[in-house]
Amino acid sequence: MVGPVKAEARNFNFYYGQTQALKNINLPVAEHKVTALIGPSGCGKSTLLRSFNRMHDLYPGNRYEGEIMLYPDNVNMIAPKVDPIEVRMRVAMVFQKPNPFPKSVYENVAYGLRVRGEKRKSVLDDRVEQALRNAALWDEVKDRLNDLAFNLSGGQQQRLCIARALAADPEILLFDEPTSALDPIATASIEELVAELRQKVTILIVTHNMQQAARVSDYTAFMYLGELVEFGPTDELFVKPKKKQTEDYITGRFG
Amino acid sequence: MKAQELEALRALIAQHKRYDVLFGVVGLVATMVGVVTLLALFIDLIIDGWGRLTWEFFTSFPSRRPEEAGILSSWVGTVLVMLVTMLAAVPMGVAAGVYLEEYAPRNWVTTLIEINVTNLAGVPSIVYGLLALGLFVYILDFGESILTAGLTLALLILPVIIVATREALRAIPTAIREGVYALGATRWQLVSEHLIPYASGGILTGVIIGLARAIGETAPVITIGALTFIAFLPPAPFTIDPATGQPAGLFDWLFSPFTVLPIQMFNWVSRPQPGFILNAAAVGIVIIVATLAMNALAIWLRYRIRNKIKW
Repeated sequence: MVGPVKAEARNFNFYYGQTQALKNINLPVAEHKVTALIGPSGCGKSTLLRSFNRMHDLYPGNRYEGEIMLYPDNVNMIAPKVDPIEVRMRVAMVFQKPNPFPKSVYENVAYGLRVRGEKRKSVLDDRVEQALRNAALWDEVKDRLNDLAFNLSGGQQQRLCIARALAADPEILLFDEPTSALDPIATASIEELVAELRQKVTILIVTHNMQQAARVSDYTAFMYLGELVEFGPTDELFVKPKKKQTEDYITGRFG
Repeated sequence: MKAQELEALRALIAQHKRYDVLFGVVGLVATMVGVVTLLALFIDLIIDGWGRLTWEFFTSFPSRRPEEAGILSSWVGTVLVMLVTMLAAVPMGVAAGVYLEEYAPRNWVTTLIEINVTNLAGVPSIVYGLLALGLFVYILDFGESILTAGLTLALLILPVIIVATREALRAIPTAIREGVYALGATRWQLVSEHLIPYASGGILTGVIIGLARAIGETAPVITIGALTFIAFLPPAPFTIDPATGQPAGLFDWLFSPFTVLPIQMFNWVSRPQPGFILNAAAVGIVIIVATLAMNALAIWLRYRIRNKIKW
């Protein structure tokens, strides 16, 4: 029911120590589309998102089970033999709160390239400008590339983090509630950006704002208590949900 | 409320407030004991030693005649010993701090090491001197030299630097670490390109505080056999030694006998002639000013860096 699939969770389980946080998740992520994960707090949507770039490997006691396939190479990204660093180089992430490094605007964006060993100044200059343009930030910062990134506004900082993630050309871009720390105007600009970026990259976004999911996404997955309750095209899921739980949630009866 | 009850209530409050005032006074006195003592000490030193603080005092070797004696060999010794201390303690302390905070697995061995590091800071300094006498002087055969003294004091301030490094690292938010990892960085890239640069202010503060402690240490340096009367300077690299006619090697000064400021002071204090007591006071001023200046630098650095990086 979706077009070309970029990644897919298959019979995916996740455990924090003994606690099972995700139960048998099956979710396709369509290529060059925006897929939104919605659900009440603690439903596991961020946990699922962070599985896509192996962030859970940073902390001891976490365990994956099942598969998260990446296409077209057909690799299971969560297999122990797959290096999490390799996964993170292909699947970038933007966090809940803007987290620029205490470095210049330029160095923030260039860092993803430097990690990959890029040292040529001309290449870095080009890619930094391209990434900042793609993140709709170039015009605002082109004269202050050497300023400390902390001096930007919250919305600018978040777009800087998007530029940082884009600079190294990821195949998938993960967003973990990217607007929850921003004011409405900054939120609107990020949403616009997400909608535009789908032409360049496959997007998976967690949001607890249902309007946001409805505005920016092509597909939506509703999660509840660690399970994926319903998945479908966004306009169908919001207009005529098939499951009672989904309907209750999107009509605001709980959560 | 009746007027009578109100009276009683006010009397009660007034009584409670008396304790408040009482503690205010006690607290003030307790605070002033420290401040006044330090001030009195310093003023006393200045009154005694100020007259001796001339240019000649810094450029003369010690002498049997107090008015001709100076601190050339001891301040040069102190500077060189501090240099060795810093070169040894900073890389070791930072590496240990980074390892404990970022690399070590969280288990009972690590906990044991952590407790040990904290306890090391409380070991009396003369015990370090004894350890150094056995290890550096007898086993490694470094002699009663600047190298031995520098390494001994490096051991002494190692815990200070380790603790400062760990605290500075802990202040860096998880969000920054995750952001670095999310771009595909390895742990070493995170540590070398982010954590150490961001923690450098805190680390530097710890280093300065450690050195400020080391500069005044006397007991361990005496234990390893520093001399109290030195009328020559360690050989500067490539200068000709008049006794042998040979040029000194690049690192010969490391193995030279030496003295340091607190030992010079100790030596003069124990002399009976009143002239030497004045000299001792003058050295005291030099040591206190050096210590205070280093602490002031540490505070200024901390303030500047706190203003620059706000997480």
